[in-house]
Amino acid sequence: MVERGTIRVKKGLAEMQKGGVIMDVTTPEQAKIAQEAGAVAVMALERVPADIRAAGGVARMADPEVIKKIMDAVSIPVMAKVRIGHFVEAQIIEALGVDYIDESEVLTPADGLYHIDKKEFTVPFVCGARDLGEALRRIGEGAAMVRTKGEPGTGNVVEAVRHMRLIMGQIRKVCSLREDELMAEAKSLGAPFELLKEVKRMGKVPVVNFAAGGIATPADAALMMQLGSDGVFVGSGIFKSKDPESRAKSIVEATLNYDDPHILAEVSRGLGEAMTGIEISTLKEEERMQARGL
Amino acid sequence: MKIGVLAVQGAVSEHIVILKKCGVEGVPVKRKEDFSALDALIIPGGESTTMGRLVKKFNLDKKIIKMAQEGKPVYGTCAGMVLMAAEIEGEHPHLKLIDICVLRNAFGRQNESFETDLTVSLWGDKPFRGVFIRSPIVVRAGPSVEILSFFEDKIAAVRQGNLLATSFHPELTEDERFHRLLIDAAGKTLKKVKHN
Repeated sequence: MVERGTIRVKKGLAEMQKGGVIMDVTTPEQAKIAQEAGAVAVMALERVPADIRAAGGVARMADPEVIKKIMDAVSIPVMAKVRIGHFVEAQIIEALGVDYIDESEVLTPADGLYHIDKKEFTVPFVCGARDLGEALRRIGEGAAMVRTKGEPGTGNVVEAVRHMRLIMGQIRKVCSLREDELMAEAKSLGAPFELLKEVKRMGKVPVVNFAAGGIATPADAALMMQLGSDGVFVGSGIFKSKDPESRAKSIVEATLNYDDPHILAEVSRGLGEAMTGIEISTLKEEERMQARGL
Repeated sequence: MKIGVLAVQGAVSEHIVILKKCGVEGVPVKRKEDFSALDALIIPGGESTTMGRLVKKFNLDKKIIKMAQEGKPVYGTCAGMVLMAAEIEGEHPHLKLIDICVLRNAFGRQNESFETDLTVSLWGDKPFRGVFIRSPIVVRAGPSVEILSFFEDKIAAVRQGNLLATSFHPELTEDERFHRLLIDAAGKTLKKVKHN
């Protein structure tokens, strides 16, 4: 008997992406540049997060036409974003045959209380998280992969660093606890108890955990890898820079050689200007995408 | 015995865990100097376009080809199989180690990924759980290639001397039999070298 959409098959695709870079693209041409540079997947969007931020208003899933064209242009997996809680957008994206859905805070949430029941889908989901409790809640809902939220579209890595350090620190703490202390910890983290036990057993988040939200340079990517990320998402950082082709390649090479400063120095040379960043403290509370969908 | 797992990208740790369960040291290899003193190599699943580009860029392709030429066992799963193939349908091949032609993403996109029980010729009627994730399939196999398993009428596992390739992912299961096959081959090669 052939079984599709099993937990193993969904988590498995994320395992295959480890050590890789997933890049936001808005056109078939950009998708080809990303694939050529060595991206392990592309995120098909109408606008990159920096432009979504600038445009304001309600950000929704991309036009299926845009996604379909990108799917036809490359042989690597294609991901697409849906609004938090918008399970019909997810049904549409699944019907298109997209390989992975990102239930993303970059888009305007469609539900102020509930996320999508991701177990109902054959296609796997990735979700953002700011701490371990949030990551485990998303996994409890069926996410097969998680990522830091960071602060999308800012080109400022500080929030991704904060989220990754927090998650890693919370994992270390869980591992040091006695069995009889786990329930209280689950309560304090707002984490499903069974999944917290899994974290203690495995010494890690029970699914693949990428960094995302503000990564703009090869050094940023290597920083996130040294902090323990399984891989990185680069949103606006590539196609908002002066020379996307070289930057894409060098971020891929930096993600592989994250622990070798000599290679990092080599691949960081002569890339031209990075995207203009935003200092987080200049953002108003309501402009912070990371606070959406906890 | 030391078995390397090519660590340019992909599911590296899963192979190291299963090697450990078999009582063998598995080490991630991503630089040229990591290849010394390896008795065998695993090329894991990942994205073959990414892995292919990176092994070439950092000159690891020559190291892998040299290992295979020296008769050391090499085992590729999924993208690893694509990297080892002599031909890839519609694309340039990478390492050209095994006389097979593969078709990438042969079943389609992720929604078509699946798991199922397979019959492997070496192990009679004891099934092997095949996990196929955007998997390739072998569309042509040369005369020196032994076919170990089919999914329906499609070739899913092959062996050519000390080279082994599966379009599915044993490292995502608890079943150690393919890894033991590699370890046994590495043991025999070691013995031969010592004998000479």
